Amino acid sequence: MASPRERTLAVTDLQVSVGDGLVAVQDVSFEIGRGESVGLVGESGSGKTLTCRAALGLLPTTGRVDGGRIVLGEGPQAVELVGARRSTWDGVRAGRIGAVFQDPASYLNPSLTVGHQLAEQLRVKRGLRRRAAHDRAVELFAEVGLHDPAAVFHQYPHQLSGGMLQRVLIAIAISCEPELLIADEATTALDVVIQAEILALLRRLRETHALSLLLVTHDLAVVAESCERVLVMYGGQIVESGPTAQVLGDPQHPYTRALMAVATIGDWGRRRLDVIPGQPPAAGEEMPGCRFAPRCPVASAACTAGPVPVTDLGGGRTTRCVRSILDEAVPA
Amino acid sequence: MSTTHPTRAPHDVRLAASLPPTPAPLLRVRGLSVSYTPPRKGTHLGTGAALRDADLEVRPGEIVGIVGETGSGKTTLARATVGLVAPAAGEIEFAGEDIGGLRRRARRAFRRSGQVQLVFQDPLRSLDPDLTVTELVREPLDIAGTLSRAERGQRVAESLRLVGLDPEAVADRRPRQLSGGQRQRVSLARAISTRPRLLFCDEPVSALDVSNRNLILNLLDQLRTELDLAVVIIAHDLSSLAGIADRVAVFYRGRIVEQGPIRAVLEEPAHPYTALLTASAPTIALGHEDRLTPDRLRPDPDRPAWPADLGCVFAHRCPFAHDACAEQPRSAPLPHAPQRQSACHDAVVWRERLDPPHPQKESA
Repeated sequence: MASPRERTLAVTDLQVSVGDGLVAVQDVSFEIGRGESVGLVGESGSGKTLTCRAALGLLPTTGRVDGGRIVLGEGPQAVELVGARRSTWDGVRAGRIGAVFQDPASYLNPSLTVGHQLAEQLRVKRGLRRRAAHDRAVELFAEVGLHDPAAVFHQYPHQLSGGMLQRVLIAIAISCEPELLIADEATTALDVVIQAEILALLRRLRETHALSLLLVTHDLAVVAESCERVLVMYGGQIVESGPTAQVLGDPQHPYTRALMAVATIGDWGRRRLDVIPGQPPAAGEEMPGCRFAPRCPVASAACTAGPVPVTDLGGGRTTRCVRSILDEAVPA
Repeated sequence: MSTTHPTRAPHDVRLAASLPPTPAPLLRVRGLSVSYTPPRKGTHLGTGAALRDADLEVRPGEIVGIVGETGSGKTTLARATVGLVAPAAGEIEFAGEDIGGLRRRARRAFRRSGQVQLVFQDPLRSLDPDLTVTELVREPLDIAGTLSRAERGQRVAESLRLVGLDPEAVADRRPRQLSGGQRQRVSLARAISTRPRLLFCDEPVSALDVSNRNLILNLLDQLRTELDLAVVIIAHDLSSLAGIADRVAVFYRGRIVEQGPIRAVLEEPAHPYTALLTASAPTIALGHEDRLTPDRLRPDPDRPAWPADLGCVFAHRCPFAHDACAEQPRSAPLPHAPQRQSACHDAVVWRERLDPPHPQKESA
């Protein structure tokens, strides 16, 4: 998994529990290089949102990081985020990590203009004067592709469409020149045309700002076009990871295959919709071996005999499937 | 994964079944226009017409998909059809009966009869959190008031079984105690308890993840065969729709810009907006260089801005707009495919005017 690039985020053996010590994320390790885009994919309840919330220090009140490390940056700039103090978090959120979420309207104050809300960030976090903050805000609105940015500055959230609000939130998120942008289902609620525009915008910002991107989504198709690497999560664990084209071209974990079958493939002629039978395991559910085994079409006795470790397949690819250990091909 | 639904018929059989002789349409909408409050000056509120001059037919046992962006009139069509809003112009005929012209009392009686039912996007918001599953599913029957108490009880259990829920296991639970997929099944059970003939599903799967999404869509497909339902599905996931709908209608800014058999429409769009939709849909089929990209379907940024309210609703975003587009084109059958309709002056020829691809240019 070694990345030749400078490291932006390194998560090691992360364990998160919710409620009464129910383990929801376990044994999660990954890295994001500078300017790299990584997709985190899984069904509802796979632990993908908890993982990114842990990196933002925004776990729900019942959530807790039980173990592992989350390190932002490298060398003298490195900050350990697990157990960080309030003041450390303030610094990190003010200038090093930005985030956008699924429902942009609920993250904006409905009674203030969107320009005011962006300028406020610039004044508080960057220390700009009122005039300079206004000018910079208009510049940022233009950069995220809002037409007539000077007019948008004076509009209230209810006057803008969902796609425009998401652009406003992206402008706010990048206003502090972060190293890492986390997008949690940021395009899920948008229609396909706007979704494609927002994904293109994220790609462009990544190039112009050397921004690292963690894109969290349940839709593999979104990842396919926007991310260099993909992490597939299931039942709180990463079950497969690697360069996107290779993982999608030759998936090694049966769950990745299952996700590909249900994903929005661009085949207009298809006349059947696949489903993954059964339900994912609940948080805290104890399972003897592979967590996907009860739903896996190719499960065998070896799958539930004991914990399944991560296998390094080389070339930056990993999988958590007994067949890789036994060196057996996964039947199609 | 070989997990298609066992009750699903092979597609050629179904195709044959949906070809002529065509049964009389169950729902026939003609020239329908709906208007909300007129625009208020300077507030950007109220857009006036929400739906203009819409024509749509739905036949028994057919699944019709509706796609379009927010505010394009999809939900307004659903609301007008179930009698929640009165049309400003046009006709709505259900099973040969004119329901658009119904007066207040008659319209309420039609609504309460439960012949047309609506399913909403977010079951957590549309289901009363204080009611149990049994109460939720029985409520429409209580309102329709045609069955005895014992019959209603039976109907509730039967409806729950039809959507794949075990009545005994879920009967006394409340929406909060169910998973997202189960909640949407309860919404469906509630909608089918009156044995409607037409089901209008407003974004039934947008709040679900991909696996549950396909599960619910397959369930709708199964219900239409078992109950001989006509189903209209409003959705923004084109690919899922492609796997289930027979026909599709594409909405843009209050108008139906294109409609026809789903595969033909999505594979070879006859309206530039449909082409933009299909080009924008994400896909895992990598390496399709011949695929049309969204940037080839956007107007040249240097082109003078098209007046927002002039002529064709799509002209301001259409790279092919020309003088003739100052007049809104009527929806007309395609010369080579009369079962398809497109509201574009250049429905057949716009494709020839595409610029050659320029791969490195990508606008956001």
